This record gives sequence, C-alpha cells and structure tokens, in this order.
Amino acid sequence: MLEYNDKIRAAAKRLLKEGVVDMVIGFKKGTMPMMNEPCLIKRPEDADTLVWDANCGINLANYIVGRKEKIGIVAKGCDSRNIVTHITENKIERDQLYIIGIPCRGMIDKTAVTNLCEGEITSVVCESDTVKVAGNDFEKKIPVSDVMQANCSVCIHRNPVIYDELAGEEVVEQTDVDRYADVEKIDSMSTEEKWNYFEDMFSACIRCYACKNACPLCYCPTCFVDEAKPQWVGKSQDKIDIRTFHFLRAYHCAGRCTDCGACERACPVGIKMKTLTKKMEKDCFDMYGWEAGLSLDQRPPLDTFKPDDPEAFIK
Amino acid sequence: MKVTKIEKHGFEKGLNKIRKDFTLFAPVDCGEYHEFKEIENGEKPDLEAVNTHLSPKSAIYPQSQPMFNYTLDENEPDHHIMKEVKPDLSPRAIFGIRPCDAKSFLIVRRNFDTEEYKDPYWIEPYEAATFVGMACSAPCSTCFCTTAGCGPFNEEGLDLLLIDAETCYYAKAITDKGEKLLESAGWLTWVDEPSIDKEIEDLKTAAENRIESKVSTDRLADIETNDLYNASIWEDVSFACINCGTCTYVCPTCWCFDIQDENCGSCGIRMRNWDSCMFPLFTKHGTGHNPRETKIHRVRQRFMHKLKYYVDKYDAGIQCVGCGRCIRSCPVNIDIRNICELMNNHKQEACAS
Repeated sequence: MLEYNDKIRAAAKRLLKEGVVDMVIGFKKGTMPMMNEPCLIKRPEDADTLVWDANCGINLANYIVGRKEKIGIVAKGCDSRNIVTHITENKIERDQLYIIGIPCRGMIDKTAVTNLCEGEITSVVCESDTVKVAGNDFEKKIPVSDVMQANCSVCIHRNPVIYDELAGEEVVEQTDVDRYADVEKIDSMSTEEKWNYFEDMFSACIRCYACKNACPLCYCPTCFVDEAKPQWVGKSQDKIDIRTFHFLRAYHCAGRCTDCGACERACPVGIKMKTLTKKMEKDCFDMYGWEAGLSLDQRPPLDTFKPDDPEAFIK
Repeated sequence: MKVTKIEKHGFEKGLNKIRKDFTLFAPVDCGEYHEFKEIENGEKPDLEAVNTHLSPKSAIYPQSQPMFNYTLDENEPDHHIMKEVKPDLSPRAIFGIRPCDAKSFLIVRRNFDTEEYKDPYWIEPYEAATFVGMACSAPCSTCFCTTAGCGPFNEEGLDLLLIDAETCYYAKAITDKGEKLLESAGWLTWVDEPSIDKEIEDLKTAAENRIESKVSTDRLADIETNDLYNASIWEDVSFACINCGTCTYVCPTCWCFDIQDENCGSCGIRMRNWDSCMFPLFTKHGTGHNPRETKIHRVRQRFMHKLKYYVDKYDAGIQCVGCGRCIRSCPVNIDIRNICELMNNHKQEACAS
C-alpha cells in the first residue's frame, strides 16, 4: 500500500494550496514499529509527512465529529462507512468533506505479530503478501494472512463507499469469507460457557475507555460512564460495573458499527470487545438486511419503521 | 557494598523460603504480556520479563481500594459510622522489580508522604514492602531511563538489587530490609572480591550503553511556565489523542485518584480509585463548568505536570522514570520523548502584535 503515499501527498498539497480544504486529516509515521499517528496537516509543505501502510487501523472518522472547517480526510473502506454514518447522524456535512479514498487490503494486528516473534521487534515492513519483521537478533517473514486484523480478514467492504478521489485502483472485494463464525461459536455455547467466556474476557479491563474513545460512534457529549448526576455506574474495578459499561456501549453501537476494529486495536490489555458489536452487526443483517454506512440515502434500521418488521411487539 | 552470590539452580528454593515470611509480588507471564501481581501457590515469577504491561504501582496502590465501610441500617449499633478498612500490612516482597519502577515509588512518595499530609493507605503498605530489584541487562528500545534520572542498575528505592551474571545472580544488599530478605531466603554466600565488583561495574556500563533512547530535560526548569503553557505546540501534540486513560494507568508515577461511596442496600464502602487527567470528569466542577474542557487542555496538563510543574515544585528532575510504557501502550502513538524534546527546546514565541 506504500504506492498510495505519493497520491495522498499530492492530493493533500493540491487541496491545501487551492484552498479546497482548511486541513487534511491523515496518518504520519509513528515512532514504534506497527504504529502510525493520526495527524492534522494545515500547510501544503507539511503534506509530505502523510503516510499510508498496513498500520493505519485507527479510524480517522473519529476526528471529524463536530468540526466546522472544510476537511480533507484519508479514508479506507470502514472509515468511509463511518463518515457516511456521521453524515446520516448530522455530525458533519458532506459538503465540508473532501474524501481521499483508500482501497484497503487490510490492517495487520500488532499483537499477533509480536506473539509470533521472540525478542523485541525493531522494524516491520508490510509487502503485498508478506510481513517482514526484524529484531535485534532475528529476521522473519510472516504471511500477511496469518497476522491480519480479525475484522479485516472477513471484511467485504474494502473499497471506500464514498469518496472524492481514490489513492489507487479499487481492490477486489473478498467474497468467500465466513463473516460471523466467531459469533456463531459463542451462540453455540451453553449459558454457563458464555458466562465464563465473557467473565474471562473482561477480567483484564482497566477501564481506560480506549475502546469507546477510539470508536467513531462514541461521540456523546457526555458518555453515560461520565455522568455524575445521576451516576449510572461505579468507578471501581467491580465486575458488574465493568460489564455494564461494555454491554451498554455495544448496544449503543447496534446498527451503526462498521466492524472497523479500532476498539480492539486501541485496547491496551487485549480485550476482544468487538465480539459484542459483531453480534449486533449480525442481528441487524439477519433481521433487517442492514449493513451500516453503505449509503447516504437510507435511514438506519433503529430509527425507521417498516410494516414488515420481523419483531411482533412493534406491530 | 555487601554482595552475595546465588546459584541459579538454587534460586527457586530460596524463593520458596521467602514465601514463608513474605507475600510475594513479581512479574508473571500471562500469555500476551507480563503482569506484576501477587504470586499465588504454584505460580512462577518470570524474572526475564523486561517491562510488565502495567507498572507495579498497584502492589502498593491498588486501582480500587476500600478505605471505610459503613451501614445505614439503624438496627445496627454502629450505623452511620465510617469504619476504617485497614490495608493488608503483612510483609511483602516486591520481587524482580526493575530499577525504573522502584525509583517511581520515590516520586510517588512526594505526593503521599509530605510534612503536611501523611496518607496511611499508601505509606503503610509501602513501608511494609521490601523492594528486590532486577538490574536490566537487555533494555527495550523505548527505555530512556538514563536520561530520565534513573538507569538500568539504579539503586534508588531498592532494598536489594539482583544482577543476572549468566550462571548466577549477584545480590547487592542496599538496606537492612534487603539483608533480612537474604537471610530469609538463605542466600548468604557473601562474596567480597574486587573481581566481582568489577564484573558488576562492567555489566552496568554495558547495560547503560545499550540504552539508545534519550530525552533532553536540561532547559525545562528555566523556561517560563506561562510561555510553555501558552505555546503553540499543544494543538498538534494533542490532535491524535483520544483521551483514554491508558497512559496514566500504565504509568508508574501517575498518582491521581478519586474517592467514591458505593452503596449496596443499606451498606456501603468508601473507596478510592485511580483517576486520570485525560478524563473530562477529572476536573468537572459541581456547577457543571469544566476548566479543562477540551483534549488540548487535558493533554497539556499531563505533560506540563510531568515535565514542568513537578520539575518546578520539587527541584528533583522530571516526574518520569523513562520506562516507556506510555509510548508502547498509547493507541495513537503519542510519544512522551518527542513531547519532552518540544518542551525542552521551546523558545519564547514572538508576540503576534
């Protein structure tokens, strides 16, 4: 995906020079292997710091909520779907945005790469099918498919659904993927197994809220966990409070989540909280044939009524 | 300098002896990362672990800590009275702690143990602990302890320092507490040879030379606080920040907390929980006004506190030991090393008018 760099930089320079946008939101190279930092470019001469590679898993749609300026934004498939969601939910105007679309081939999972290597990693280069990893006393080639983020390996919307220009040719969408295998695995568990599964999953949570803060959907001016009058949840390491936070957050994302994976990527303790939102995503697909953020013309299923609604209680 | 030699094959035996006299806290391999935790029966510490994912601060200062309990049930004789919950003060050994983490307790102590205020919930467990350090011979690429007032063999805050010398450990007793722990373990093969002193000195120099990452802090004290506060760097520095609490929770020197009453029926606990300056609620007033309303304010606060206010208030270096955890765990790669450079290199900006 390195070939996108030149096009992104050229577009950013042009847009800033011509005054089409006030700023461009993209990524700059990080200080650690497999990390890039979201950045804001305001001057054409700074556009060369923009980069794109397989370590841009943070969702940039998170950075446009409520902004008043004209914004150029670099957006892969899932980012573009969250931009659509933002426009639908009146968080930003389409006219404010110039979208530089990235046909995406998937992001790599830095924890998966780290777990496959003994010793500290000093450099990671992602080529088309291989990830080349080097450390102080080792070198390794790993097939990309072995270390791709779980959401990317089952993604069927790699090309941006909305854009003003593309940074490269569209990629072939994946068709032969089992999108909900992980949800079905949990569905098939007994109640006790499910209980243990989720208890174990959330036991590491330190309540840093990186998951909700990395999520473009979590833009409430005050999250329910931060409400003080009344205070809905406790602040301690109490298990019930921790679960309340995760479950409620997941429900708030029903019919809106694009499975971008930013929550899991941001989690400092490796919690797979996307398991919850993935279930919501599957239910919305099964019940309403709905996938979030694909079109500006459709209202989301949870704010519309159709006579053929599968739920009896609403009729 | 009192040094004993511990053969590696006899190490576990000594460790088991210690467990009779001390509760043991040590790094444990939890699969994806290392955690610093209380060692339960059958668990094995992993002393090769470099930096645990979360710092060991919770061994003294847990994320959630009960301070008082109370009942509102008027049938109980002691209703409406706050009863103190004493923290566990049995002797504990914080084993295999890295020198940077050990030094961090001295920094945190400046907050909890002052002439004016003494916080028993922190001081008493701290004083009940023996800190057994493990010198770092293979630091991480993100370690910058040598320029953050610390180092891979730094002894500040330690009672005992273990040095890995391939076939054996050398244990250097720094305090009486450290000597007592050696006695408890039966590690009493005292060595007093200049060749061993030299070996330790050489290992130390080699370890220090392996630390490539650096920060500059020489100008921080002299820069005018308001100039730095009003500098134009903060919008850029804070742009990527998502305002999660990761950096503050993984940090060994972040000490802020919040006190909450949690009720269940007619009973309740008054507890303190770690808090984070990254959260909007941290500074929200009862009126609803928030003096640190945006993330620019909050990110600035975090770095100004660590690298300027602390420097000015205590004249004892920065409030950072260079462990690099915040760099590794930040979801958006905000790097304190870069920000420290920006702050240290700050020149007074020309007045626009």
